[in-house]
Amino acid sequence: MKTWNNKAWFMVVPVVILVAFSAVIPLMTVVNYSVQDTFGNNQFFWAGLEWFNEIVNSERFHDALGRQFLFTFLILAIEIPLGIFIALHMPTGGWGRPASLVLMSLPLLIPWNVVGTIWQIFGRSDIGLLGHTLQLMGIEYNYTQNTLDAWVTIIVMDVWHWTSLVALLAYAGLQSIPEAYYQAARIDGASRWAVFRYIQLPKMSSVLLIAFLLRFMDSFMIYTEPFVVTGGGPGNSTTLLSIDLVKMAIGQFDLGPAAAFSLVYFLIILLLSWVFYTVMTNIEKRGD
Amino acid sequence: MAEIQLKQLAHSYLPHPAGPHDYALKRIDHVWEDGKAYALLGPSGCGKSTLLNIISGLLQPSEGQVCFDAQDVTNLPTEQRRIAQVFQFPVVYDTMSVYDNLAFPLRNHGHAEGVVRERVLKIAEMLDLSAVLKQKARGLTADAKQTISLGRGLVRESVAAILFDEPLTVIDPHLKHTLRMQLKRLHQQFNHTMIYVTHDQTEALSFADRVVVMYDGDVVQMGSPQELFERPAHTFVGYFIGSPGMNVLDARVEGNRAYVDGRTIPLAQGYDAIAGEKVEIGVRPEFVRLVRKEDAGESGLPVTVKRIEDIGRFKIARTEFFGRELNVVIPEGTAVSDHANRVLFDARHVNVYADGWIVEGEAA
Amino acid sequence: MALQLESISKVAGRETHIYPMDLSLEAGTLNVLLGPTLSGKTSLMRLMAGLDKPTGGRVVWNGKDVTGTPVQRRNVAMVYQQFINYPSMTVYENIASPLRLQGLDKSTIDRKVHEIAELMKLDPMLTRKPLELSGGQQQRCALARALVKGADLVLLDEPLANLDYKLREELRVEIPRFFTESGSIFVYATTEPSEALLLGGNTAAMWEGRITQFGPTLEVYREPVSATTAQVFSDPPMNFVNVEKAGDRLLFGEGQSASASGDLLALPDDRYMAGFRPNHLSLNPLEGQVLKFNAEVTVAEITGSETFVHLQHADDAPWVALAHGVHELPIGQLAEVFVDVRNIYFFNAEEELVAAAAATKAA
Repeated sequence: MKTWNNKAWFMVVPVVILVAFSAVIPLMTVVNYSVQDTFGNNQFFWAGLEWFNEIVNSERFHDALGRQFLFTFLILAIEIPLGIFIALHMPTGGWGRPASLVLMSLPLLIPWNVVGTIWQIFGRSDIGLLGHTLQLMGIEYNYTQNTLDAWVTIIVMDVWHWTSLVALLAYAGLQSIPEAYYQAARIDGASRWAVFRYIQLPKMSSVLLIAFLLRFMDSFMIYTEPFVVTGGGPGNSTTLLSIDLVKMAIGQFDLGPAAAFSLVYFLIILLLSWVFYTVMTNIEKRGD
Repeated sequence: MAEIQLKQLAHSYLPHPAGPHDYALKRIDHVWEDGKAYALLGPSGCGKSTLLNIISGLLQPSEGQVCFDAQDVTNLPTEQRRIAQVFQFPVVYDTMSVYDNLAFPLRNHGHAEGVVRERVLKIAEMLDLSAVLKQKARGLTADAKQTISLGRGLVRESVAAILFDEPLTVIDPHLKHTLRMQLKRLHQQFNHTMIYVTHDQTEALSFADRVVVMYDGDVVQMGSPQELFERPAHTFVGYFIGSPGMNVLDARVEGNRAYVDGRTIPLAQGYDAIAGEKVEIGVRPEFVRLVRKEDAGESGLPVTVKRIEDIGRFKIARTEFFGRELNVVIPEGTAVSDHANRVLFDARHVNVYADGWIVEGEAA
Repeated sequence: MALQLESISKVAGRETHIYPMDLSLEAGTLNVLLGPTLSGKTSLMRLMAGLDKPTGGRVVWNGKDVTGTPVQRRNVAMVYQQFINYPSMTVYENIASPLRLQGLDKSTIDRKVHEIAELMKLDPMLTRKPLELSGGQQQRCALARALVKGADLVLLDEPLANLDYKLREELRVEIPRFFTESGSIFVYATTEPSEALLLGGNTAAMWEGRITQFGPTLEVYREPVSATTAQVFSDPPMNFVNVEKAGDRLLFGEGQSASASGDLLALPDDRYMAGFRPNHLSLNPLEGQVLKFNAEVTVAEITGSETFVHLQHADDAPWVALAHGVHELPIGQLAEVFVDVRNIYFFNAEEELVAAAAATKAA
């Protein structure tokens, strides 16, 4: 069975080279740094797992990790139901359909640091629409000095930015449900909630799984937007994992610990994604 | 169980229909008797699904009324019409078990769990689903899922009618028998009013007490399977029912004889002058015999035999008579001579048609 | 021109779709793959076409091993159950597409397209798009596109299954017509035995990934080598009853017996399965050596000129009798049914045919 498969391998070689240079080799470099110590003068000493130990046991890491979990949890808890809700109410025909699809896509098209900048300015009490309005209404709002305000800002910003993705994916899932299901549900006397719970949600489940995993990974790795708005502050109250990592690597130039940090970070995301994926596909399969 | 009346019912999908061709369903006045099994038979696009959806309430007719037991339900939504419908594709709630699927309609109507349990178990036994009640509906075969769909329809006590929209489409041919039998048995046991839409004449004829044949939005004939077979009211019915369909030949009819291309064919009845432009005679292949010239007598038509197809329980002789196709069904065990080149029609089963519609004659 | 499959098999994951089998198809033949869904018909056709690689064995075309050749290089055409046409092209363009790929000149293409369009009765629709046509016309367009290529191997995977009953009949009558005009090898998959019988040619009866019998259609029908083949080839399914041979008597239970003669006499004394087709189970007394059974009517299905009567006999699997004319029989009625011994097939415990119905041999 040789002849026709071999050509396919040649097609793949350019991609392999590209991925190797842009991902694999840098990753190996990071691994290299994570197990060595250097004073910057190109002299390296083997440090073994010392950095890993330091990172995993450091309070700073634990705090950032905690903040990150909180952030991701809030994001998912808001965006997934909100996205589904929007998808359920988007028009399915007529001119409303393309109009709503375009409207939904707009936030996704904006470069991320521009998103951050938009909200940063939006929230300022002197020149920002939101900030100024709140000030006029007598509400105290300062995201640079108030921790709660900062958190609310970055969360609202992320919801504004990314809920559309969930909505569009859920909408696509909904469109694939044949009309017969809705008709049968009407005949069975099902309530709106029952239709949602027993027909729409199960049929959307595979699409929602993708949406969930995407949002989980992206929000866990988020850097640009919150950094532009709050810079990790006030103090370090919005210093999420990636922001902390960058501070360490570039700010303090602690390459060893930073490299170890990145690897731990990478492994956490990998592990959690795998766990979620397995759990969710098993929930689906358990019925068969 | 209810009697369903259609009064002056018609439907057009266009907001301002101009003429008959804009109507998907042309005017129909019809009573579906309580407890009978009906089949709506016709080719794609004849309006049968439209009619079914109007009865079930999924579609509002643009004209006319639908009444259940003299109560006007035309504007009543589906949920309140007490009908059950089985669709082309099995519709089951994937996340629920078979038991919960069957219980769903009852629970939606607020029945007590005890009542629900009793009904579900009874229906499950009737449909041979008792063994799989605990399983999730998702993993079952297509015919099991269709049975569950059917069960969901039956589980409610007061069902006015059960409607079927080409339900055997996705079922394996081997299992079609089994499901058809189940439906027939259910009907004979419980006497629900059942309306079954299909384009398959075997399904229609074997399921129904009365078959309604539709074509292009019109009801062409309604009758028992036997009537439709032996006396099709329209050449379309003759063509559509029976495999192969009825043979139709242009003819001139005078008294009790028909003249086809110079040959005389005796008829069982006498006909006066026939109004209409196109006069034809129709005879089913089952009532035509293929014989040798010597055995034909005067009324045999000369034909060329193109092919003889053997399908086991009978043979089909495809012959040609002056450029027209004439099919003959030869029962198993009847010998056919190689020299057979004449066909004889059984006069009692030759019908006369004017402009497509059957003409009644007087007994000769 | 001949296609040979040698010890070909297909295993996907842990499931065997095709067990090792041999098949030899000659040029200019129409071969029907008959079997229920999931019996392996589509898998086998895909192996023939080169869309799938076999797990074992080889595909030989005219003596040359083409197992490794991808489908684009083989001269194959395929028609599917779903009407597959290029939606953005007109019917003319659709039919012309394989010819354009072959690099023929414009006038030849034009001639061939019109030839086949006439054969398929698509002349008036050449300028329309496929989605504007009815189901039957779309499938004719797909068929035309497959045939115009003049491929050596034409595969049709249940092409009529999605059509209305009547359209199916019409197209089915026409298929042998196109087939005789070319010289290719046709392979046609179907689940309906009557289709196989109507098309003629050769039939391969398939069951769960194996070919149980291959040969001229009528032969496979009249002389099935196994009970499985007989089952595959009967619609409604064949009826079975247990029989015991003792010396020169065949004992069928209920005090019914018949004398064994001819081939039957030579069989060893043992228990066998007697099978007979529904059209040989009669509600009216018959002449000759006839067995009479008492059965209970479960349901009677009227189909116009015939009635299928479903019966329950003792503990056997349900029986079906095909009676001519209209018989209205209520559920639960006891009926006497008759079978001529000459119409009975005998199968041994391994479900192999040991004696074919005597009637078929005399015919």
